[in-house]
Amino acid sequence: MELTSQFIQLIFSGLTIGSIYALVAIGFVITYNITGVLNFAQGDFAMLGAMLAITFVSMDMPMGLGIILSIGIVVLVGGIFERTAIYPARNASLPTLIIITLGVAIAIRGFAILIWGTQPRSLPPFTENNPINVLNAVLLPQSIWAVGISLVSLIAMHYFFNKTFIGKAVTACVVNRSAARLMGIKPEWMSFISIAVSAGLGAIAGIIIAPISGATYEMGLMIGMKAFVAAVIGGLTNAPAAIIGAFMIGILESFTEGLWTSGYKDAISFALLLIVLFFMPNGLFAKASGKRV
Amino acid sequence: MSKPLLEVKGLTKAFGGVIAVSEVDFHLNEGEIVAVIGPNGAGKTTLFNMITGVLPPTSGQVFFDGKEVTGNQPYQIAKAGITRTFQNLQVFENMSVIENVMTGVHCRLKTGFLQAGLRLMGVKREEQQAFDVAMSCLEKVGIADLAFEAAEVLPYGNQRLLEIARASASSPKLILLDEPMAGLNPQESRQLVDIIKKKREEGMSFLFVEHDMETVMGISDRIVVIDYGKKIAEGTPAEIYENEKVIAAYLGTEEEEEAI
Amino acid sequence: MNHSKVSELYNRHYGGLFLFIAALVIVPFVANSFLLSVLILVGLYGIVTTGLTMLMGYAGQISLGHAAFYGIGAYASAVMTGTYGMPGIVGILVGVAFAGTVAVLIGIPTLKLKENYLALATLGFGIIIFTFFKELKEITGGLNGFFGIPSFNLFGFAFDTDLKFYFLIWALLIVGILFSKNIIDSRVGRALRSIHGSDVAANSIGVNIQQYKLKVFVLSAVYASVAGSLYAHYVTFINPNLFTAMESITFLIMVVIGGSANIWGGMIGAIVYVLLNELLKEVVPMFFPNVGGEFQIVFFGILLVAILIYMPQGLAPTLGKVWRRLAGRKNKKAAVTGPPNADATVGGSKS
Repeated sequence: MELTSQFIQLIFSGLTIGSIYALVAIGFVITYNITGVLNFAQGDFAMLGAMLAITFVSMDMPMGLGIILSIGIVVLVGGIFERTAIYPARNASLPTLIIITLGVAIAIRGFAILIWGTQPRSLPPFTENNPINVLNAVLLPQSIWAVGISLVSLIAMHYFFNKTFIGKAVTACVVNRSAARLMGIKPEWMSFISIAVSAGLGAIAGIIIAPISGATYEMGLMIGMKAFVAAVIGGLTNAPAAIIGAFMIGILESFTEGLWTSGYKDAISFALLLIVLFFMPNGLFAKASGKRV
Repeated sequence: MSKPLLEVKGLTKAFGGVIAVSEVDFHLNEGEIVAVIGPNGAGKTTLFNMITGVLPPTSGQVFFDGKEVTGNQPYQIAKAGITRTFQNLQVFENMSVIENVMTGVHCRLKTGFLQAGLRLMGVKREEQQAFDVAMSCLEKVGIADLAFEAAEVLPYGNQRLLEIARASASSPKLILLDEPMAGLNPQESRQLVDIIKKKREEGMSFLFVEHDMETVMGISDRIVVIDYGKKIAEGTPAEIYENEKVIAAYLGTEEEEEAI
Repeated sequence: MNHSKVSELYNRHYGGLFLFIAALVIVPFVANSFLLSVLILVGLYGIVTTGLTMLMGYAGQISLGHAAFYGIGAYASAVMTGTYGMPGIVGILVGVAFAGTVAVLIGIPTLKLKENYLALATLGFGIIIFTFFKELKEITGGLNGFFGIPSFNLFGFAFDTDLKFYFLIWALLIVGILFSKNIIDSRVGRALRSIHGSDVAANSIGVNIQQYKLKVFVLSAVYASVAGSLYAHYVTFINPNLFTAMESITFLIMVVIGGSANIWGGMIGAIVYVLLNELLKEVVPMFFPNVGGEFQIVFFGILLVAILIYMPQGLAPTLGKVWRRLAGRKNKKAAVTGPPNADATVGGSKS
């Protein structure tokens, strides 16, 4: 019985952290599909979202408003980033673009130090956080919020890319750039939209994790890296596969941490990354690849 | 007849379920110029890529100079004596013209990291050797005066010549030219034809893919015709000119093109 | 003008270098102790970035994991000299052997990857090695760090003052740059650059691209490891946080600032980075009194983006032009980019 409850506990925490990775990973997939670049600043959007929300809430702003405002600001930051750093360099080589996103990542990180310092901060839970007992395992309401919000966001993304005009335009650009251009869609703007949307997803991820594990200026790097692993497991272009990858990484981490060691947790995730890159460069689900966005 | 320099037997390439090249056989004798022609998408570039090791064949064999080279890496095939040029130019834009060609001498030299780093004896001699070979290759294609220019600023036609100079720098026995005339004006084309003929007199052999029929008929000793991945004809220019299958294949494409 | 000799191809005149060395010899006698310690740091970073320039600028392969090799050298020396009391040279050699072996093992699969994937794989590799520094507590001391690394001692001569260490590091850096420059100006250098230019074409003329990528990766790992070893001796205390992913990115920033297609670029980048870093640490707290941590990265992040967009060749070509004007050299190679003795090649003759 003891073992079962520990098992369930680890599944809970794996799903919680996995849902965060899923949101950031989807951001990678969207940006990668449109621009061909892995955006190394993606994780830092999460940090920015978390820090902004914490600031607004500490100013006694209603939580819902603070959260929405934070997401809005991060979307704006994402858009500015695309216009000032990616768009002017759109004809540069891929390594150059990768390094540019790295530059933006550390600029955002440094900016966070200037404004919020290096101390960890935390956001209050969204609702009363009394633990719920499920089969002797403890489940925090904030975890339900995390998984729930991320699922809703992912469904919203699915709707956006398959049902709305702008979303369909972006999807069209992935399939065929020049055909999209003939339809009157400007591929240059799709890059803008994709990065802004990804930034928003990152912000949501940061905000829902902040009440659980706090927020620091450097949290973006690890969240970003883990989400990379998830996206790569999914083959980098396949959104549903990236989500599965994200939950796999989350559960792998919580089990490593719970049953063995927390010290090597990161090493194991990245060892998995290297194994997938070396042996299955198209991801674990290469055969089953479905839609790209 | 002596043994052929290049011999291709039953070469086949399938991408998933699509067969791009199917059971192609042909050969090329030393000193010959052979053209591979066929409508767009017939599988000519895939054939080239298999001969030069860029793509591993699904089945079939390639023999060069009496040895089997099937499935070797491109650099091994280059060492064996086959080099190539590219349809979409691949000059090293981060180097000067002469350095491009000196890189082509790579296989004939030996300097490694340590000798180079310590500038041991022999490095200077090899540099001089690479330089002299490269210079004479540039002279043969007529762009020696541009040796110290950056390769990326060369006009299109000169970049083509540069690729040929680079491909010939290692004194290969056979050079594969992938659509060498594409994008050249008539004068440049004639210049290129002269260069190829001159190099053949020096003993070099050529296998080339080309759409410009005037060139193909003018310089080829033999022509191999490919359609839908299969060899449909082979022969001298005169024979090919009258071959009904070939005419049908080409007329067929023209109709298709009109339909589009 | 009529170019016909191979000697026209690469700038191998050493006049500028002698002047530079003369300046290096004079500087420590006029500099204060703070500046001297800053210059030692520049020299150490310069060794790493010179190797990285070979890998990134010439062979065109990105690495976001070189702090791992820097750290391997540092810990090898710390353990060999600190724990086992071996001579300093043993620590360096063990570090080189270890870093070289790891570079081969990780390089064989990693260097088959391209661009995005290569960046990710090297970043992941760096974090894995960092985790080992942190978790192998019996050997490395874990997050508490490794204390009491003795000063560097070579065949009985102790480099126990900053002045002695300064000369050691800069002599090594100059040797390292010349070694790299010799490689670049040869068959090997052209092979490396051809991979950057077009790997398909390089392969088709007989360049074994995987082998060359691996060898230059190992070379850059060795440079980083040697610098790491000496760094450990210099600071006498190390901990894993000196070898994070951020440190790898810092190396990358230096390479980009200096100019990755120029063998002097790594050193120039290290000078600019370290000096700017010290300046920012002085100036910024005047405006943000409570600031702490590595706030300077905000400027370097913006600088990195700006350089890549507006000056993708880095600072080296510009400095080279200034140098030639100062030296009053004839306009013979007017178009040639680069500082003293730099390459007469990349993007040359453009004007």
